Amino acid sequence: MNWGGVAAFLAMGGYAGFVWGSYGVTAACMVLEIVLLTARHRAALRALPGAASRSAY
Amino acid sequence: MTININWFKYSSPASFYPLAGKLTPWFFVAAALLGIWGAYISFFVAPTDAQQGEAYRIIFIHVPAAWMSMFIYVVMAFWAGVGLAFNTRLSSMVASALAPTGAMMTFVALWTGSLWGKPMWGTWWVWDARLTSELILLFLYFGFMALQAAIDDPRRADKAGAVIALVGVINVPIIYFSVKWWNTLHQGASVSLTKSPSMATTMLVGMLLMALAFWMYSIAVMLMRLRCIILERERNSDWVKDLKERQP
Repeated sequence: MNWGGVAAFLAMGGYAGFVWGSYGVTAACMVLEIVLLTARHRAALRALPGAASRSAY
Repeated sequence: MTININWFKYSSPASFYPLAGKLTPWFFVAAALLGIWGAYISFFVAPTDAQQGEAYRIIFIHVPAAWMSMFIYVVMAFWAGVGLAFNTRLSSMVASALAPTGAMMTFVALWTGSLWGKPMWGTWWVWDARLTSELILLFLYFGFMALQAAIDDPRRADKAGAVIALVGVINVPIIYFSVKWWNTLHQGASVSLTKSPSMATTMLVGMLLMALAFWMYSIAVMLMRLRCIILERERNSDWVKDLKERQP
């Protein structure tokens, strides 16, 4: 175990902005990619011929 | 006794679509488990670096993202080339499905590198060989995607994309060997196939686990995007009309 407590962990030895900026943006990119693909799949299903006539989606 | 599996069965979009749907959750589960394990080692087991303090912990996502950015490009070029040579639709679709994820990994490698470079080198960016060739990789991904988006006929878009993908492959060994061929600010490889790693074992294990997690993630999102592409391109075919998912 490297850390004295939660505050020390979050401070990352003074490099918090750099370390969490890296991990945060990476995680955000991955989550965004999954969200966008889920929406794209749903849109692709909706765009199929005849799909619009189905009211119960 | 020989087991006959018809591998060519899965080279058709109609039979790969449901298979991809079944496989996707498993790759996400593998990515999550490896990612949690890797992050635990990265933050709680791997010791503080003697020179760089805690800032070095960026390595656990920087190196896996950089590896994936190059690896995905090679895989993308391979499938684009197969599609070009054998006129197989699914191969070309796989290439198209890989490009945005490859671009995202390239962006992450550049972003985390920048955030690591500032505290360690004192600058966000330098035009050295490693950084510049990685930036060119990002533009190659963008070029591939833009070219495909600009051509209406999907099969022509596949062919044009394949040419740019195959030409761009030359950039991958340039990125990889840039730290050897030129004097760069970027450090040399910490891990290579020819010599033992120049880093602590726990750091190495954390990095490899994160790399595996990124790999599994990339496969999962590639499969998701492939399913979208298949549906969008094959919307008028009979098998799509009979698709169970469409039933309310």
